[in-house]
Amino acid sequence: MLSQELVAHLYKKMLLIRRFELRLAEVYPTDAVKSPIHLSVGQESIAVGVCDPLAEDDIISNTYRCHATYIAKGGNLQEMMAELYGKQTGCAGGKAGSMHLVDMSHGILGASAVVGTTIPVATGYALAMQMAAKTTGRQRVVVSVFGDGGTEEGCFYEAINFAALRKLPIIYVCENNRLAIHTPLEKRWAKDNLCERVATYGIQTYKIDDADVFKIRETMTKAVEYLRHGGEGPIFLECATYRWLEHVGPRDDHSDNYRSLDEYLDWKEKDQIVRLAAMLDDNTVQRIQDEVTAEIQAAEAFAAQSPYPTAEELYTHVYAS
Amino acid sequence: MSMPANALQGDRVPEEQKGVRLIRYVDALREAFEQEMTRDPHVFLFGLDVDDHKGIQGSTLGLQEKFGKDRVFCTPLSEDAMTGVAIGAAMAGYRPIHVHIRMDFMLLCMNQLVNMGAKAHYMYNGQVKVPLVVRTMIGRSWGQGGQHSQALHALFMHIPGLKVVAPSNANDAKGCMIAAIRDNNPVIFVEHRLLYAVDGYVPYESYEVPFGKARVLQEGDDVTIVAVSHMVMEALRAQKHLESVGIQAEVIDPVSLWPLDMDTIMDSARKTGRLLVVDNAWLTCGASSEILTRALEICQDSEEPLPALARMGFAFTTCPTTKPLENVFYPNSRSIAAQAYEMVKGKGKLWEPPVDAKTEIDAFKGPF
Ligand SMILES: Cc1ncc(C[n+]2csc(CCOP(=O)(O)OP(=O)(O)O)c2C)c(N)n1
Repeated sequence: MLSQELVAHLYKKMLLIRRFELRLAEVYPTDAVKSPIHLSVGQESIAVGVCDPLAEDDIISNTYRCHATYIAKGGNLQEMMAELYGKQTGCAGGKAGSMHLVDMSHGILGASAVVGTTIPVATGYALAMQMAAKTTGRQRVVVSVFGDGGTEEGCFYEAINFAALRKLPIIYVCENNRLAIHTPLEKRWAKDNLCERVATYGIQTYKIDDADVFKIRETMTKAVEYLRHGGEGPIFLECATYRWLEHVGPRDDHSDNYRSLDEYLDWKEKDQIVRLAAMLDDNTVQRIQDEVTAEIQAAEAFAAQSPYPTAEELYTHVYAS
Repeated sequence: MSMPANALQGDRVPEEQKGVRLIRYVDALREAFEQEMTRDPHVFLFGLDVDDHKGIQGSTLGLQEKFGKDRVFCTPLSEDAMTGVAIGAAMAGYRPIHVHIRMDFMLLCMNQLVNMGAKAHYMYNGQVKVPLVVRTMIGRSWGQGGQHSQALHALFMHIPGLKVVAPSNANDAKGCMIAAIRDNNPVIFVEHRLLYAVDGYVPYESYEVPFGKARVLQEGDDVTIVAVSHMVMEALRAQKHLESVGIQAEVIDPVSLWPLDMDTIMDSARKTGRLLVVDNAWLTCGASSEILTRALEICQDSEEPLPALARMGFAFTTCPTTKPLENVFYPNSRSIAAQAYEMVKGKGKLWEPPVDAKTEIDAFKGPF
C-alpha cells in the first residue's frame, strides 16, 4: 500500500512544478521573463517519479525543457525564478535563462538548448562517477533526460553504445511526448519501437505508457539501487507523456490544429496531479496548495527584488581561473 | 546592379523602379523558393519544421501544398546525416535547400560541410558538383542565450569551396537566394531573426543578386562603415545620428562575405580615409579581421596611405541571456555612431548619440 505520506510528498512536488509553470505562463506576457520558456505542464509525473529516488549527490541532466527536473531534484526555487527574471541572484547570475538551468550543489547538471548535446555529456559524467566510485566506494548515479526527438541525433546512439560497452552507471530517460515542436513521431520514425532498438545495444529497457507517477518512481528506485550496488548499466526508461501547452511559450496551442484534441483529453484523464489529490483528504490537499502558493510567491518576490547583473559581469567566467 | 538605399530600406519607390512592391524579408525569401522551384524541378527544400504551420517564420508556408511532399519535407532531428544526404543529392544533380532555424545547429553539420561538401568538387578534380544551399538563421531577438543566437559566418568563410552570403534587406534576400540556388557550389545563406519582419521594395520578377558585389547603401565623405547582416540596420541608424552632427557616413553592405568585394570597400575608404567594420559576430579571426587585413594588404601593395581602421562586434564572451547584459554584448546604432564620431573628430572626442525610436529589437515579443 502507498502511504499517505508518500502520496502527499509526490503530490506536492508535482503541484509545485505545475503551479510554478502556470504562474510563469501568466506572467510571461508582461515580458518580465525575457527568454524562451519550454514548459512541462502535463509532463510533471516523469520529473517527479524520476528524481524522487535520487540522492542529492546523484546527477540529473536535461534539455531546455528543464524546469520540472530542476524543481524535482531539489533545485533552489528562488534562484530559479530569479534566473528566469534575468537577475544577478539567479542560479546562473542571469546568464542562463530558462533553457540552461543549473544547480550543481543539488546535482543538476546544466541544461542545453541544442537537442542531443547533453546525452554524451551525461554519459561522460557517468564515466567519471564510475571511476570515482573505485576510490570513494560510493557509486553515484547519473540520469540523462531527453525527448523523443533527442534519440534521432547520431550522438544518442554513439553515447548509448559507449555506455553499454563500459557498463556505465547511467539511466537514460526518454520523455516521449510524440512531438518535436509540431512534428509528430510518425513523420520522424519508420517504426515506433524505441525500447527494442535500444535493447539491441545490450541495455535493459523499461517502458511506462501511462505516466503513472508511482510506476515511474518504483522503476527508478529499482534502477538506482541496482546501479548503486554494483549492477551493470546503463538502463533505459521510456515514459509516454503529453505536452499540454505549446512547444515554446505560455500558450495552449490546440487551436493551431496540428494535434488531436482527443489525445489531449485522454491524457488529461490520466493527470497525476488530479489523481493524487483524490487520494488525499481535503485538509491535506488544501495545506499543500497553500504551501506551494507561498513558495512560489516567495520566489517571485525574491526575483522581483533582486538586482540585474552589472555590465562588468558580462566578462566574468569567460575562462576559468 | 546597384539600387539606391532608400529603395532597399523601404522609404519610397524611385521612378525607375517599376514592378516592385513593399514586402517583408521573409516573404521575399518565400517568393525566391517559389519561383526557383517552379523554374527547376531539381530544386527541393527540406529540414526540421519546414512543413509545419509556422513554416520557418513564414518563409516556407504553402510550399509543400504547391510543390508536394517529395520536394518540401521535414526530417528527423539528424542534422549531421541530413547534411550528408543533401550533399549526396546535390552530387546527383539535384539542388537541395537545407534549412536550419538556428545557426547554432549548423555546428552539427560541420563535418559533412567542411570535409565533404566544400571539398568534393576539388578533391574529385571536377567530376562532381555540390549545388547546395544551406539556409540558416542567426537567432538573436531577446533571451536566446549562448546556444540560440550565434553568428558563425566566419567559420564558413575560412573554408575554400564554400560561399557565404548574408543579405540584410528584402531585395537582396530574394536575389541572393535565387543566385544561391543557381550556384554550382555549396552556399551558406545567413539570415537574421530580426530582419524577417523588415519591409523592402522587391521586384515581382525573378532576378539574381550576384555574389562578390557590395552595396553602397548610403553615400558620405567622412567615414566608411562596413556592416554585416543585422548590423546594417544599426549602421543605417548610426548614419542618421551622425548626420545630425554634420558627419556624413558612407554605409556599405558587403552582401556576400565570401566572395568579398574589397574594391567597393576600398574605393570608399580611399574617399573617406576612415574604415570602420561592424560585424554581426565576434571579432577574433572573424569577417572584420579579414576585411581589415585585406585593406592593409591592398594599401601596402599599392603603396597608398592606410585609412584609419577600427572594428566593432560582439563582446568576446558567450551571449548572456539576461537583457541588461545582452544590451552591452551587442554593438548598436549609438555605439557605432560614437565610434565613427571619434574616428572623425579625433581620439578622445566622445559623444553620446540620442536614443533611437523603437527598433526591431524593442518591437520583439516572445517566446521565440
Ligand atoms: C540540434 C538541434 N536541432 C534542432 C533544434 C530545434 N528544436 C528545439 S526543440 C526541438 C524538438 C525536440 O523534441 P524532443 O526532443 O522530442 O523534446 P521536447 O521538446 O518534446 O521535450 C527542435 C527540433 C535544436 N534545439 N537543436
